[in-house]
Amino acid sequence: MTTEPHSDAPKRKVKNFALLSNRAGAAFLTPAGLLVSIFVIAPFFWVIFVSFTNRTLLGRTALNPEFVGLANYFALFDPANFFQRGQFGFSLILTTQFVLASALLGQALLGLLLAWLIQTVPPWIKRITETFVIAAWILPEVVIGFAWFAFLDRDQGTLNALLGAVGLPPGDFLLQQPFWVIVVFNTWRGAAFSMMLFSSAFSSIPPSYFQAADVAGASSWQKFKDIGLPLIRGHIVTDLILITMWTFNTFTPFLLTNGGPSYRTELVSIYNYRVAFNDFQFGKGAAVGVIMMLINLAFALVYLSIGRKKKR
Amino acid sequence: MASVEFRSVTKSFGSFNAVSDVSFSIGDGEFVCLLGPSGCGKTTSLRMIAGLETPTLGQVLIGGQDVTHYHPKDRQISMVFQDYALYPHMNLADNIAYPLKVRGKSVSERHGRAREVADVLKIGHLLDRLPSQISGGQQQRTSLARALVYPSQVYLFDEPLSNLDAKLRLEARGFLNHLQRDMGMTAVYVTHDQAEAMALATRIAVMDQGRIVQYASPIEIYRLPATTFVANFVGNPPMNLVEVEASHGNGSLQLRADGLSIAPLPMTDVIGKALATSSKLTLGVRPEHLHIAQGSAPNTITAALFANENMGPESLVTVDRADAGRVTARIFTDDHLQLGETVTLAFSPEHVHLFNSKGDRIPAAGE
Amino acid sequence: MKLTLSAFVGRIAFSALAALIGAAFALPLLWFLFAPFNARAELGLALPDPWTLSNFVTVFGNNFAVQALWNSLIQSVGGVILVGAAATLAAYALSRSSLPGKGAVTYILLLFSSVVSGSAAMVPIFLIVSAAGLIDTHLAVILTFAGGLLPTAMFILRDFIDSIPKSYEESAMVAGASPVQAFFDVALPVIRPGIVVVVVWSFVNIWGSFLIPFILLRSDDQMPASVAIYSFYSEAGTPIVTLLAAYSLIYSLPVIVLYLFVSWKFGFRFFGGIKA
Repeated sequence: MTTEPHSDAPKRKVKNFALLSNRAGAAFLTPAGLLVSIFVIAPFFWVIFVSFTNRTLLGRTALNPEFVGLANYFALFDPANFFQRGQFGFSLILTTQFVLASALLGQALLGLLLAWLIQTVPPWIKRITETFVIAAWILPEVVIGFAWFAFLDRDQGTLNALLGAVGLPPGDFLLQQPFWVIVVFNTWRGAAFSMMLFSSAFSSIPPSYFQAADVAGASSWQKFKDIGLPLIRGHIVTDLILITMWTFNTFTPFLLTNGGPSYRTELVSIYNYRVAFNDFQFGKGAAVGVIMMLINLAFALVYLSIGRKKKR
Repeated sequence: MASVEFRSVTKSFGSFNAVSDVSFSIGDGEFVCLLGPSGCGKTTSLRMIAGLETPTLGQVLIGGQDVTHYHPKDRQISMVFQDYALYPHMNLADNIAYPLKVRGKSVSERHGRAREVADVLKIGHLLDRLPSQISGGQQQRTSLARALVYPSQVYLFDEPLSNLDAKLRLEARGFLNHLQRDMGMTAVYVTHDQAEAMALATRIAVMDQGRIVQYASPIEIYRLPATTFVANFVGNPPMNLVEVEASHGNGSLQLRADGLSIAPLPMTDVIGKALATSSKLTLGVRPEHLHIAQGSAPNTITAALFANENMGPESLVTVDRADAGRVTARIFTDDHLQLGETVTLAFSPEHVHLFNSKGDRIPAAGE
Repeated sequence: MKLTLSAFVGRIAFSALAALIGAAFALPLLWFLFAPFNARAELGLALPDPWTLSNFVTVFGNNFAVQALWNSLIQSVGGVILVGAAATLAAYALSRSSLPGKGAVTYILLLFSSVVSGSAAMVPIFLIVSAAGLIDTHLAVILTFAGGLLPTAMFILRDFIDSIPKSYEESAMVAGASPVQAFFDVALPVIRPGIVVVVVWSFVNIWGSFLIPFILLRSDDQMPASVAIYSFYSEAGTPIVTLLAAYSLIYSLPVIVLYLFVSWKFGFRFFGGIKA
């Protein structure tokens, strides 16, 4: 075999070989960097700036907003009406209760229960149950909102028809128990994520661990408590933080209740929307956004620090 | 074909030196194995020849030309990777012919040449298959075919047989040996398997902690290991190393250790220099140079039997010298030895290797 | 090992419980299985008599409804192309270049992407889009989603690329390929499954989104289907149930199809991630 004549044409020198040179790497990062800077990073700083102004959607202050210092924050935290319905404090407490009840209790516990159940039940039951739980999670939120609207209808809804069939009085739940409606709604909507996370965590445990427990005569509950649960502790923490953040920021209940009746389901995200886009007070809405982001930041830092520890 | 040369090459990753000040040259048509344990710098050295790592210091030359800062594509080299790196979306023909495609060859030339090479490697009937549809041995030959499909200055192999099972590995090793002698290609071959290096190489560079410990022909590495590290790495099982206490007088050297009985050896200047630093030396004897003797004659090691492993044609007899370590012998007889029984292993003086307290070889008189 | 009576009863109880929970999840959706095919559908659960496709005919006769579906498609496809292309390039750079500070960039992006949610940043997003003069345009929705989805898309893809041996591109370069050839001939085809996942995930996110188009768009001819459905049942007084039922089903169909495609093709689930 002969070697081709070696060309002595000058070749570009490589200073330090990498699969992608630094220059190409920087070029590859540019489009994403621009988009993320403008639509994720800039809003973060812009919202802080706007929260110190009296900017509105319409009128004089739409074009020439004035600097008002902390006035928007004082308005949000005005002790005179902080806890009144339709005020920021009410929304914040409502949201906290909503997160506790629908995410930490509802989604996480139901997801855990489902994940454990579908490990043991016959495959066809597993498949059917999973299908509906995941359908609740993947279908577009507007469709889900309308589905529940129909489901809860006072006169014809499926729920009241069922209650009637077992001899219970019907109810107009959207009017009578709006908070519990959105709690159940959000639990129903989001349980799939926890179920999928926990079920993949369970299935990553070597089956021999459970077989060893079987041989030792452990009950199903003991296997769950002594083997399953301790081994997925990391996943539980991840799950709790993620669903807390998502539930805290969710806007979906708006599609079912519009925040009403009389502000009783007005979560901070919905409050933010009303202040900014119904009342047109952008400055105040921005202040709400800043507080939401600070809360998000706290959770994100905890989450990232756990993620970093795990990697080490 | 071309030669390869390293001139004082150092490669650091942060504060860690993967390769420290290594210089060596590989002649045209040589088959050199870089041999050593994992982390010794052998793969990094190979990747610097390929251009996949850039040296921190020093130069790499191929065919007398300084290619230190050349892109891999400009080096006219071939490389077979440990994981074969076959492209999962291309069939074998396209995989093998990929180097020709980037050289702008026509489809018909590409496929003709791929078929030629594939036929030589007995994978011609598989050209339409995807890599996922063929066996591990066939994948290995496909990656070899891709390296052979175009003329190269140097052929690089990064542990190419380590993913094969034992039987296939022997077969592939024999084939590689034949191919290299047949083509006379310049090859650099990284392995941690000393048997592979012995079988394939015209020269072996034994590496440890980023340095070349010994660079010599396989037979020399086996007969005259430069350090205890080499002695311990080459040979299966490796050389027995026994710590001895040395003293000298009247032009002869006395060695003492538990269970060891050895006739005085001739004293040399080098031994004298070694003893000036420390009276502790290391004595080495290869297992195949030990045999079972009766009674306590000179040039023997006597200890209780620890294990007797039958390997078919031979047995590995290991005796335990308690705190002083174990000694293994390759015995070609079918002895029925009892565990704990005292066994005497004899050797002849010309098979004795001596190393100083730093582990460097002390040449025997006349070496 | 013999199956004891109590274990057997336990099995049955587990199955019954799982089936019960499954049924509870199915209940609010049952209506959707029947109403779209019922020409006289109301909010109550009723078997269609007869089964008919007339509601779908109504949908396709409604210009606003058809236009909204089309708008959804424009916005989703536009966003997906941007996310797919930008995320692939960026993830490849994060995985394969030795650019200094790429670890810090990754950390900061991850942090911001989880802090800046759509519902927290609706005011500044509106103001930025407004300042760019893009209010009430498809581009506004496309760009906003591209920015919002990119960090997560980049991380999914970077992890995917990290798991691919570098020897693919290395072997190509040793064989004579330039970095560009190695990227297009070897890396891109191997990364493709990861790109498909990211593209499907982004599509489903944009297609199903409500809040961002709701605040950024005003006129009927820009509205995506999500906002159209919301206005059908919230503003029109008594909703036209027959139209809504069929329309919602059509609107959900791409999501269902994509979900089935991905679970068939890749056998794993990825819906989730950070919602913009």
